[in-house]
Amino acid sequence: MAENPQTPALRARPLSPFTTIYKWPITMATSITHRLTGIAISVGMILLAWWLIAVASGPEMYQPLVAFVANPVGEVVLFGFLWSLVYHLFNGIRHLAWDLGYGFAVSTANKTGVLVIALSVIVAAAVFGYGWWLLHGGPRP
Amino acid sequence: MSLETPLHRVQGLGPAHSGVGHFWRQRVTAVALIPLSIWLVIAVLGLVGTTEAEVAGFFQRPWNAILMGLFVVVACIHMSLGLQVVIDDYVHSPGQRIFLLLLNRAFAWVIAAACLIALLRITI
Repeated sequence: MAENPQTPALRARPLSPFTTIYKWPITMATSITHRLTGIAISVGMILLAWWLIAVASGPEMYQPLVAFVANPVGEVVLFGFLWSLVYHLFNGIRHLAWDLGYGFAVSTANKTGVLVIALSVIVAAAVFGYGWWLLHGGPRP
Repeated sequence: MSLETPLHRVQGLGPAHSGVGHFWRQRVTAVALIPLSIWLVIAVLGLVGTTEAEVAGFFQRPWNAILMGLFVVVACIHMSLGLQVVIDDYVHSPGQRIFLLLLNRAFAWVIAAACLIALLRITI
């Protein structure tokens, strides 16, 4: 019987590309982050409702909310909510520009993606830092 | 020969059952939320470290109550539309999908109702 003329494969042949082995382009990261921050803001709306209900219910109902926000877990949640809101706002403006037909070139989309990420972190950190300063040693006692 | 009924053709919606209403509403609420969310962040910053009575006093000023009410309503519509897309994209079993779509609607209504009733109790 004749030998198989085809030499056996020396290395594993590539399969269909999986998301796990793709190098993530910046636009893919900003897109999924837009979705995740949208979900995070939705959860944050519970916090907003809690705040308004607590204000409507008087001091004894307001105290637990103040205690939650003052504790490290609450601070992380609040910063996450704030950053999600700022990111979703900036990236949402990017999406609206695309809807109007602007900024679709790959190089432009990559640049605005980096810009949105950087700006969202800077603005969220600045706002949170200012709030922190107001609470601890700002103009109010 | 088309099997499409004249009514279906004139509605122009094809097999998707709905038109561009979802897309359009998502964009309109997005634009409205740009100033509203910036206002909310500034408003909350101004209320850092205040008592619940001071927060109530803030919302008792008409413009603040109006803007807060608008934010809640527009944000809940935008939230419901956005979460619907996530469910449509990732949940394929029809039963689970319909259940989650209804839950999504209910969540938006509950948040909106809770915020608005609290706002009414603060302001009236």
